[in-house]
Parts: sequence; structure tokens; C-alpha cells
Amino acid sequence: MPMDEVALNHHDAHDHKPGFFKRWLFSTNHKDIGTLYLIFALIAGIVGYTLSGLIRWELAEPGIGVLTQFVSGEGDVAIQNAKHFYNTVITYHGLIMIFFMVMPALIGGFGNWFVPLMIGAPDMAFPRMNNISFWLTAAAFVLACISMMVPGGSAGNGFAGGWVLYPPLSSTTGHPGPAMDVLILSLHTAGIASILGAINFIVTILNMRAPGMTLHKMPLFAWGVLVTAVLLLLSLPVLAAALTMLLTDRNFGSQFFNPAGGGDPIMFQHLFWFFGHPEVYIMILPAFGIISHIVSTFSKKPIFGYLGMAYAMVSIGVIGFVVWAHHMYTVGMNVDLKAYFVAATMVIAVPTGIKIFSWIATMWGGSIEFKVPMLWAIGFIFLFTVGGVTGVVLANAGIDHALHDTYYVVAHFHYVLSLGAVFGLFAGWYYWFEKMFGIKYNGFIGGLHFWLMFVGSNVLFFPQHFLGLQGMPRRYIDYADGFATWHHISSIGYAITLVATLVFFVGLVEALVRRRKGVANPWGEGATTLEWTLSSPPPFHQYNELPHVTAKGGH
Amino acid sequence: MRHLIAAMCAAILAGPALAFEPTDGALGMQPAATRIAERIHQFHGFVLVIITIITIFVLALLLWVIFRHNKKANPQPRKFSHNTLVEVVWTVVPALILVAIASQSFPNLYYQDVVPNLEQISSKSKQLQADGKTGAYERYTKNYFPEAAEKGFVNVKAQGNQWNWTYTYPDIVDDAGYPLEFVSNPMHVGLSTDPTNAGPRNLSVDYPMVVPVGRYVRYYTAAADVIHSWAVPAFGVKTDAVPGRLNEGWFLVDQPGVYYGQCSELCGVNHAFMPIEVRVVSEEEYARWAELMLAGDYDAAAASVRQVASTEQATQFAAKQ
Repeated sequence: MPMDEVALNHHDAHDHKPGFFKRWLFSTNHKDIGTLYLIFALIAGIVGYTLSGLIRWELAEPGIGVLTQFVSGEGDVAIQNAKHFYNTVITYHGLIMIFFMVMPALIGGFGNWFVPLMIGAPDMAFPRMNNISFWLTAAAFVLACISMMVPGGSAGNGFAGGWVLYPPLSSTTGHPGPAMDVLILSLHTAGIASILGAINFIVTILNMRAPGMTLHKMPLFAWGVLVTAVLLLLSLPVLAAALTMLLTDRNFGSQFFNPAGGGDPIMFQHLFWFFGHPEVYIMILPAFGIISHIVSTFSKKPIFGYLGMAYAMVSIGVIGFVVWAHHMYTVGMNVDLKAYFVAATMVIAVPTGIKIFSWIATMWGGSIEFKVPMLWAIGFIFLFTVGGVTGVVLANAGIDHALHDTYYVVAHFHYVLSLGAVFGLFAGWYYWFEKMFGIKYNGFIGGLHFWLMFVGSNVLFFPQHFLGLQGMPRRYIDYADGFATWHHISSIGYAITLVATLVFFVGLVEALVRRRKGVANPWGEGATTLEWTLSSPPPFHQYNELPHVTAKGGH
Repeated sequence: MRHLIAAMCAAILAGPALAFEPTDGALGMQPAATRIAERIHQFHGFVLVIITIITIFVLALLLWVIFRHNKKANPQPRKFSHNTLVEVVWTVVPALILVAIASQSFPNLYYQDVVPNLEQISSKSKQLQADGKTGAYERYTKNYFPEAAEKGFVNVKAQGNQWNWTYTYPDIVDDAGYPLEFVSNPMHVGLSTDPTNAGPRNLSVDYPMVVPVGRYVRYYTAAADVIHSWAVPAFGVKTDAVPGRLNEGWFLVDQPGVYYGQCSELCGVNHAFMPIEVRVVSEEEYARWAELMLAGDYDAAAASVRQVASTEQATQFAAKQ
């Protein structure tokens, strides 16, 4: 239905919602689809988080023990099966957290909910395509779960070659079974869903901003999602190409990555990381946008250096495309090529630094209220700094030769993703919870969730720097005895985050049971973006009369 | 900073004994056994100081705004949103810091990544001595080793297999002209059948790779099935073993000892159980080991180099830390 008809038909009864099945299965409403994405990410997050629990449980003590309970066989047979199972667990932990938790939550969930609200649009540009995006993502997740349960190779079920899918381990040499084929299908499906979603966001943001809202007045979250969508649109087809080549190598006798047939496994790594490196910015840029709004709201100050913030995200996106081979310093690249990637990678620290300092400058001179979203945002700024500076360390190929594929890398990317993107995600959750669901959460439980998570995830990941410096390789089910102490402490950290996660769900259930009625703008004068002008929850169709943005500065 | 790190490590190590295997509870890197690793330690120490200062600076700023610009301390928010000077500063200063890091990064990278030209090292060091430039000569010989350069390379090829390493010595050939080649199997694979008295768990092997002390070693990596990665933390080297490719690298260890590494690229079920054990021995011991290996008496050969474990001591490089 064209947009103007929507406005006409629902002019005076815009809260007339369709029935349950029509509303949730055939949904074309951006807010409903956003909610579906958030519920989906919550479910996938539980799966991914459970898998990481198995990892930390197994690694808490030297030797192979815990995972033998989850596999068939007795004694040494069980141990042998557990080795394969462990590799499967780390693989799907990574894939699920990236493709089915962080991306759906930040882009699909918050992006769908708040990009139209913030730019003053009645809905997304292509509501039906939006629905397809969601259900393809859900189908992709189901395929990934199926892939975990069908034979991978002689060693057991599921693909066990790490989320990077390097051939020959992912080709028929390493995994002849159907698990890898199903996984390729899953990632293709997820990729199509993301590309459609990206097109939807780009068209919406470029064409459907309210009158008066120029790009340079657009809220930073919309900027973050716009840059993210462009990155998705440019990088995912490259992943799709690599996956397709892998698929034909596996099934139709092509030799793209098979050296015996004239191919090269390193070619896959180049293609994969040409997607994979922008992917890490895809996960963090929406969080950057969320943090900007929260910091501004609770400092009661406009965002410091708005244009610098927006173009810092653009430059991070652009540079993010020319640094991919820093993931591959040890593959045997020419030294001059490595030198280039060292230089290019370090340049990214400059726009990232601009963002960190601008957030602090936004708080400077402010009147800060430490509500729950602000706690998560401040936690994010500090932890992302820690993860960022270890990125500068790893950018230097000379050091990376020692630290590549060790726990130092694991610590680094969990600081920027698990403690970066996920903290941004929780910040957004608490910031917009009342707006989305029209009910208030319990501030004490939210604060408790933050502090437990902050302590737990630091205890979990900080010792991994020490393990990596000592030379502990990644993706090991068992380790030399010299690594035992820090692994044990790391697992204790996981236990603390487990308590934090339970507190999160207690808070969610408490809010759903108590149903304290939310208000349109719980945060006061600092919350200046358009979504706070609407009721909580917003009407089923908003902005039947488009808001006019005045000439007064950006957000 | 190096001293600080050394002090931290020393405190954690709780004793003077330096091992070339992971140390429980350690905070830093394993002691350096090569100039490559030593330079990595120095460079990492330098970057660590910078990133620690940056992190503390950001933390201090955050604490400042938390305590000075909160609702109670500052009820009336200010409304500024631009300050050109400070924006220029926080763009230019980080860029300058990165230039400082890069100025150390590139020499370090080229030093370790480019297999040295031994003839050039000999002739240049002779030139420096002939010209009487003792200062320059000493600086040069910190990174390059003219005596070792005179003797040429010791070549070893490490081929990764699922799940062990095959070592080939093209310089050690039998009467028929075939090079010495043997498989180095892990002693431990996580099963109940693992021996209990066979060296450090998950690190030791049956037939270790052996190289002579104080010699330039050029190693090649290759792979038979999937990608593996040959790495020894104390040497500061890590090179992927990729099917269809022959990668190379180099190192020079100046003290005898036993050094452990582990496969560093996920390669399947027993990825955690294909360790690397390198025994660095005197030239004489190396020659005897090679003779025994060629004769086919692998166990006697392994036993002949086993004793270096008991003479473990701090290397020259580690002692300098």
C-alpha cells in the first residue's frame, strides 16, 4: 500500500492493529519487525551465550572433562568426540553471536525501531522487504542450528573449523559431511536478509527524512545505521562470492581454493576478510550512534562535535575496507604488503579517538544523571578504549607475529565486541525500553545487571591478555599446565556474567509483570530526538502529519 | 618500562629459573631466546607504555566528568558543542603518537620478516671493522651475527600434518642423497593412554626438531592437508603452513635449551595436540644427532639431545631483559 494511502486509511484510527497472525507473521510495521528482531536476538543470544558457557566450563581446569558429558561414547572415545564438539562449539558461538545476536539486535532491532522514528518517517521504505529480511534471518538461524546437528565429517556432527571457515578445513578435505553445506546455505540466507535490510535502510534514510531534516541534522544513530548499511551492501556480496566458490569446490569439482587444482586457500582468506573486517565495524557503528544519544541525553548537553562524530563514522567505514589483511599477517605475505596494512590499520585509531574524546567532551560541563543507560554508556566508552588500544598493538605486524591466533586476540575482540557492541546493545535496551514497550523497568535491577556484567566481563576477558602474551593459542580444548591459573580466573568471570544475565532476565520479567506505565519522555530535557515526542509505546502508525525539523542545529 | 615488565615478570615467576614454556600466572611474554623476540619485547614494552598512558588518561577524564560534572556538582549544564582547538589537538596528537609507534614498528617488522642476506652481513661487518668504526660495529652486531653468517644457514622444513609435524633437513643427506626427514609426534593427546613422565604436558614430542646453537636457521613451512601454523613464542616466530605454499622465516638462538611451541591455526580434532619442541644444542651435539638420525636410530638420537633440558638457563637475550 503506498504511503499516502496508509495515512488516509488510518487517519483517525491509527491504533487499529491487525490480528495476531497477520500482525506478527506477515508484519510490515517497522516497530513490530523491530520487536521481532529483538526477541529473535534474545533467543539466539541465549544459544550463543550457552555455547560460550560450555567453552569456559571446559577450560576452567586443565584436561578434557566437562564436554565428555555432552557427547556419545565412554572414556577415550568420549574425549575424542569432545575434541570435535569443542571446535564445533567455538565455531557456532562466533557465528551465532555475530550473525544472529549482535547484527539482528543492533541493526534489525534498534535500527528498525528507531531509524524511522528519529528521522520522522512513517515506516521503512519497503515494509514487505523488511518482513522478508526478518524471516530470512530466522530461517538462516534455523539452518545454522540444523548444521550443528548433521554430520560434519568423520569426527562428528557440525562444522568445527572456526567462524572464519578457512579451506581446506572447510572444504571436503576437512569436512566432507553436509554440515558445512548447510552452514553455507545458512550464511547465504543471512547475507541476503542483511543485504535486503541494508537496501531498505539506505533508501529510507536517503528519501524519507522529515521536511527540514538534512543529512547534517540527522541523529547520529541514523548516521551509524546508514554507514553500517553501506558497509553491508558492499561487503556481503564478497562473502557470498567466497561462500559460493567454497560450495562449488565442495560439490561441483571447481578448484578455487584447492592448490592441487591450481587454486589457493589464501585467496579465500582475502575474500573472507574483505567482508570480515567491515563486518566488525558493522557490529560497532550502530552502537556508536546509540552511545552518542545516551551520553547527550543524560549530560543534558548537545553532542559535542556532531559533524566530526558523523564523519568519523564515515571514515571508519571507508578505511575499514582497506585494512583486511591485518588478520592475515602470518600467512606468508610480502613484507611490503604487511607494512602497508600496518600503516592503514593504525590510521583507524584517529577517527576512533575522535569519537571517544567527543563523548567525553559531550559530558564535560554537563549535568550528568547516572541512570541505567548512562552507566552502560560510560562502561562502553572505557572498555571500548581498552579494546581499541590493544587493537593498536595488534596492528603492528611485528608484534602480531607473536600474538596472532593467541588469547591476546581473543581478549582484544571481546573487549570491542562483547564489552563494546554488547554494552552498546544493553545501553540501547535500557534507553529505549520504556519507549518500545510502554512500561518501566526497575532501575535497581538494571544497575545491578550493569555492575555484575562490568565486573564479570572484565574478570572474564582481562586475564586473556596475559594468556596470549604467554603464548596460549586460540581454539584449544586443552592447554599446557602453565596456562591454568588465568584460565581458571577467566572462567570465574564467566560465572559472574551468568549471574548478571539471570539478573537481566529477572529485570525483564519484573517489568513485564508489574507493567508500570511508561511516559512519553522519561529522560527530560536532554532527550531531544524525535522518538521522544511520541507516546510510549508509539502509536501503531506514527507521523501521519510529518514533523518539521527547524533550522536549529543537529542532534 | 622493560625493567618494570621484567620486575613484574620476576615477581610472578617467583624464582630465578627461566623456562621456555608457559609459566603459570605470568603476566607478560615468555623470555626471549632470539634477537627477534627481544626486539618484539622492547617494541611491545614501548607500545604498552603508550597504551597504558592513553587508557589511564581516558579513565581519568571519565572520572573527572563523573565527579565534577554530575547533576549534584553542576546542576546547570553548559550548552557548548564545539571547540575547534581541542578538536584539532585530539586529531593531531593521536596521529603523531601513531607516527612514533610506526617509526619503531617498520624497522622491527622488516628485521624479523626478511630472511637476512648472510654474505652482506659478513662483508658489511668486515668493512666496519676495517674502517675502525667500533661503535657502529657493536650496534650492527646487536642485530646481525657475522660469525654465524660466515657459516651459512641451517635449513629446516616443517610440514604440518593432521596432527603432527614432519621435519626435513635438506642439508643432512644420506649416502643415497636423500635428506633427513622424520615425523615429530606429540607425547600427549588428552587421552587416558598419555604417558605421565614424558616432559611438560601438551608440549613435548617424541622426536624434537634439533638445531645448532648460534647459527642462522632458515625454516620453511608447508602443509599436507589443512592449514597449520608453526610457532615458538620464545623465538618470536609464527608462520602459517599452507597447502600449496612454501613459506619461510628465520631465527638464531644463542643459548642451548629446549623451547616449546604449539600449532597456531585451527586444523581439526587434535589441533591442541600437535606441539612443537625445538632443542638447541652445540654444533658437536648437532652433528652427532644428525649422524644417529641418518643411521636410523631415532631413539638414541633423541636421547643424545635430551640432556639439554637439565642445563636450562637464562639465555643471553633473556638475561638482558
